[in-house]
Amino acid sequence: MTMRIAMIPIMGAVMLNYDFMQHAFAAAGIVAIVAGVVGFFLVLRGQTFAGHALSHVGFAGATGAILIGGSPLSGLIAFTLLAGIGMGALGDKLSGRDVAIGVILSLSLGLGLLFLHFFTAYATQATALLFGNVFGVSDSTLLVLFGIGAAALIALGVIARPLLFASLQPELAEAKGVSLRLVSILFLAIVALAVSACAQVVGVLLVFALMVGPAATAQRLTSRLGLGVALSAGLALVEAWLGLVLAYYTDWPASFWITALSALAYFASLAGHRRAAAIPAH
Amino acid sequence: MASTSIPAIELEQVTIALGGRFILSDVSLSIGDGEFIGVLGPNGAGKTTLMRALLGLVRPSSGQVTVLGEQAVRGNPAIGYMPQLRSLAPHLALRGWDFVASGVDGHRWGLPLLNPARRQVVSEAIELVGATNLAQRPLSDLSGGERQRLMLAQALLGRPKLLLLDEPLISLDPHHQRVVVELVRDVQRRLGIAVLFSAHELNPLLAAMDRVLYLGNGHAALGTVDQVINGQVLSRLYGSNIEVIRINERIFVMSGEHDMERDAHMHENGHNHGHDHAHSHDPHNGRRHA
Repeated sequence: MTMRIAMIPIMGAVMLNYDFMQHAFAAAGIVAIVAGVVGFFLVLRGQTFAGHALSHVGFAGATGAILIGGSPLSGLIAFTLLAGIGMGALGDKLSGRDVAIGVILSLSLGLGLLFLHFFTAYATQATALLFGNVFGVSDSTLLVLFGIGAAALIALGVIARPLLFASLQPELAEAKGVSLRLVSILFLAIVALAVSACAQVVGVLLVFALMVGPAATAQRLTSRLGLGVALSAGLALVEAWLGLVLAYYTDWPASFWITALSALAYFASLAGHRRAAAIPAH
Repeated sequence: MASTSIPAIELEQVTIALGGRFILSDVSLSIGDGEFIGVLGPNGAGKTTLMRALLGLVRPSSGQVTVLGEQAVRGNPAIGYMPQLRSLAPHLALRGWDFVASGVDGHRWGLPLLNPARRQVVSEAIELVGATNLAQRPLSDLSGGERQRLMLAQALLGRPKLLLLDEPLISLDPHHQRVVVELVRDVQRRLGIAVLFSAHELNPLLAAMDRVLYLGNGHAALGTVDQVINGQVLSRLYGSNIEVIRINERIFVMSGEHDMERDAHMHENGHNHGHDHAHSHDPHNGRRHA
């Protein structure tokens, strides 16, 4: 019995002997923290659909880049950034335009499919883009992820105060001199960076699992701002790393495990919230 | 009313046009630094536009808008502003305290971290409106009136000398309307500041306000209730024949058989779903044909 328990850390050590596992843990760690923090504000602002749309645009960008001989990651970053800035600039004109965003969203996936069609050999590439390929992260990709992640967090740190004010009380913020449009553009550019990084781990179709799931769960569990941001990042990190461990032992896709853990945590927080609500507060 | 000090608000021949329509045309008026002013008038008469002009968000096409002796500019820290309640997302699971605190230096870049002095400022503003306990709960658990109390605390951050309140009574029942009016009156007296309080209905404000500013048809009338709320002045502001009826300390502004203020109030509430009270004669409840 004691021997079997003692085996687990040894197996863990074996797991970390592999380069691809070290890379996977590093990549998932960076991405989870960035996604958890940025996602907290995305959920707070009610812009989760925008985040979803950005990742789909990124798919067209990544496949387009492959088509013209570039790297999919650079195409992904360029396209999501442009789309994020564009959506931020349109601002209020996009609110309530879910249909228009939805049409562009599916058009982007369609375009991505067309670009891939010209490269029939890239079926694995398509799966990697759509559902992530965390065990195939190279040294250079890891470096890029670190760069994007640092840029996103630093930029978010710079705009955090006006972003929060503009998200909670737009009219008052405007009266106090905050440019709602500038804040919106900068924030969606940051979201674009986070989405690009996220897509490397869980793929463009599943960025919700890290960008929205942990943030929404954290906001269910605490109403404190600082604690909420920390909890969101922490949950994302635990879900991502635990997903990798489970994937290692089961040989099932890591993206599946991460989405499953994200959903599990969210629904558990819903159930917990309902039970707490049933008990009178005083 | 201190007549020797600088007026809180001065408009000199101010004309404001939005989308080719004159909201205010050639309006001049002066409001003292400790006055409670009720701002009334039909929908679209320019109550919100006037506040936006004072905040420096709308430029007059001609004339001077002066706030506390200086030309109206955006970001004036001497003005506290409470937008309409509906601008606040009702499902926000954020603690009231953090919501109020987001207004501290909210226009400055950087992280929203507060030092002890700043925290004290937030706590004081919350205490001023008697919301210390409310502020520990998430906004999503609070009623409209409770959320409004926190919005008032936020508007009072930095101790403004002029407080602009945009329709605080919308979607509140008569009891909560009275609570809000009394709270604002109390805060206004304690801080000795000027208040512009816009509303659809005159009666809830009768006891609290020093003077009334009635807007309509591009014109403005400022004066005591007796000076402004009469058939002659209001007929000019509405551009139609208006009768003023007084019953037991209550005043009704009527055009033919319609109660003008009530109509406007109902209309506003029509846009405001899921709030504290429902109206008995909802037009959507009419009989449907199978």
